[in-house]
Amino acid sequence: MSTSVVQSVTCPICGSFCDDLELTIEDGRITKVKNACAMGEAKFLYAPDLKHRWLKPMIRKDEELVEASLEEAVKKAAEVLAEASYPILYGWSSTCCEAIRVGIELAEEVGGVIDNTATVCHGPSLQAVQDVGLPICTLGQVRHRADVIVYWACNPWEAHPRHIERYTYFPDGRFQSSMWRRYLTRWGMLAQRKRILRALSTHPYIKAILPPLARYELSPELFVKGRKLIVIDVRRTRVAEAADYFIQVKPGEDYELLQALRALVRGIELEVDEVAGVPVKLLEEVVDVMISCDFGVIFFGLGLTMSRGKVRNVDLAIKLTEDLNDRSKWLIAPMRGHFNVTGANAVFTWQTGYPFAVDFSRGYPYYNPGETSVVDILLRGDSDAALVVASDPVAHFPKKAVEHLVKNPLVVIDPSKSATSLMADVVIPSAFVGIEAEGTAYRMDFVPLPLKKVVEPPAGLLSDEEILRMILHEVRKIKGVA
Amino acid sequence: MSLSKLKVVLVTGRSIEQGVSKERGKISDEYFQSVATCHMDPDDMKELGVKEGANVRVTTEFGSVVVKAVKSKRTPHKGTVFIPYGPWASIVVNPTTSSVGMPYFKGIPAEVEVAPKEEPILSLRELLRRHFGRG
Repeated sequence: MSTSVVQSVTCPICGSFCDDLELTIEDGRITKVKNACAMGEAKFLYAPDLKHRWLKPMIRKDEELVEASLEEAVKKAAEVLAEASYPILYGWSSTCCEAIRVGIELAEEVGGVIDNTATVCHGPSLQAVQDVGLPICTLGQVRHRADVIVYWACNPWEAHPRHIERYTYFPDGRFQSSMWRRYLTRWGMLAQRKRILRALSTHPYIKAILPPLARYELSPELFVKGRKLIVIDVRRTRVAEAADYFIQVKPGEDYELLQALRALVRGIELEVDEVAGVPVKLLEEVVDVMISCDFGVIFFGLGLTMSRGKVRNVDLAIKLTEDLNDRSKWLIAPMRGHFNVTGANAVFTWQTGYPFAVDFSRGYPYYNPGETSVVDILLRGDSDAALVVASDPVAHFPKKAVEHLVKNPLVVIDPSKSATSLMADVVIPSAFVGIEAEGTAYRMDFVPLPLKKVVEPPAGLLSDEEILRMILHEVRKIKGVA
Repeated sequence: MSLSKLKVVLVTGRSIEQGVSKERGKISDEYFQSVATCHMDPDDMKELGVKEGANVRVTTEFGSVVVKAVKSKRTPHKGTVFIPYGPWASIVVNPTTSSVGMPYFKGIPAEVEVAPKEEPILSLRELLRRHFGRG
C-alpha cells in the first residue's frame, strides 16, 4: 500500500481559499483531510466518489440518457452550439481560469451569451462597484490590522466556515491578537446564564419576571480591549452569537439601516427611536465603535444583493465606507461564495471588458445586466440552446427560468450528477479541478492561487479545459474556420 | 387554537448542512434531508400547530412546495422562515430581476400551512418530473 501526504493544498470550495490543507493519499484515494472545514473535507473525501458521478459521456435518446463515446458527445455538443442562433454559456465558477478562457473563445465563436454564477450571487455588487468603486484590501491586511470587523447580511460560520478563523476575528495578526479567549468566555457566560434561567423557571413566581431577564444581552462594555465584531443580519446566526454587537434588521430594510448609519457617521441626529426595527440608541453605540477604530472592514453578503434594493443596497454600503473614511480607516469587501467566481469575473473582464453577462451575438462584447443576464434571457424565452459548465442552474434558478432552460437543447459539462445534468441532452463528465486536475483560481480578494492535482481522475475523464478545447475545435470545423 | 395559514417572509440561503451534503452528492439522501426543509421560529410553529419534522406547504405568488418543518436553532426570528438553497426553494422564489439580472431569493412574502396528507415531500427526480417534465 502506498501512502503519501500532500501539504499546502488549496481548497476548491468557497471564496476563502484556505491553502493550508494537508491530504493523506492511500492507493490513489484521499483518505484523510487536515485543517479543512466540514465542506472542504466533504468535497475531498466524498465528491470524487464514483457513485455520484457520470463515468461516461451521455446523450439523450428517446427521453433516456444513454452512454456514448467522448467523440460522439463532443460532436453533438458542438452541433447544438453551432446551430443555435442565441445560445447561453453559463456556470464557470467551479472551474479554473484556464477553462473559463476557452469558454469565452467558444462564446465568441458561436455568437452566444456567456454568463457566470455572479449573476445570481454578487452581480448587483459588481454593478455597484462600477457605480461607486470599491475600497478593498487583501485578507492578509485584515488579519494583521483590522480592529473592527463588520459582517453585514452574511453568515460566514456556515458559508465560509474558516473565514473568521483565518482572516478576521480569531487569528493572531501582527498588530491584532486573537479573540478566541473572549469568545469562549462569552460563550461560557451565556451557557451559564441559560442554565440559571432554566433552573429559576421551575419556580412559578420567578418565572413571571423572567422574560426581561432572558432578553438582557451581555454588555460589550465587559469586553473593552481587542478586536470588535459587529454582525448585521435578519436572523440570529451563529456568527451573531459570537459578535460583540448584533443588529437584527427587519427583512428588506437594509437600505434604511445603511442610510441611518451614514447619517449618524456624519454627525446628524436621528429624530426617531427606531430604524428598520433597530433602536437608534444601539446604532449610536455601534457608530461610536466604528468611528473610533484604527482599521475597520465591512464584509457584505447576499442579504444585500438578493433582497429589496439589490444594487442600491451595495451602492450605499460602499458610500457608508466612504463616509467612515472621513473619521477613520475603513475598507469593504464582498463575501464571494462560490469557489472561483472571482476568477470568472477576472477572466471575463480581462478578455471582454465586462465581469459577467457578456453578449457576443453582435460580434463584439456587449454588456447590459437586466437584458444580457442569463435569468432575464430565460424569462424572456430568447435563448435556443445552453451549455452549462460546472454549475447547477436547474437547482438554483427560479422555476420560470428553468422551464425555458430545459425546453431547449442542454449540454452539461460537470464532474457530478446534479439536477441540471439529469435534465440534459448531452452530459460530458469531467475531472474535479483542484483534486484531479490543476488550474488557477482567484480568492475573494482577487489574489490568484494555484490549484493542485492530488489524485488521478477516473479513466477516460478529461479536465474542463480539454473538453472545451475539443468542442471549440469541433465548432470551428462545422463553421469551416478550423 | 392554531392558525390554518401563517403569513411570513421567506429567506433562502446557504446552510452548512446544505454545503456539506451537496459535496456528498446532489442526488444523495443527505442532500434531500438538508435542503427540503423549512427552518421556523418555535413560536410560529406553535401558532401554526406544527411539530418538528412535520410536512408544511410553503406558498408564494410564484409557486408552492412541500418541505419538512425544522425548529430553528437560533431564535427569535418570528415571521421569517428559512429554506436552504436547492431545487425545493427555487420553486417558490421570486424570479423578478428588477433589471439587474438578480431574482429575489430573499425577503419574499409567503404563506406556510400544514401540508395535506396526500401531498408528501417530492424527491429530487419527482420534483423535476412534476415541474419540468423530465429527470
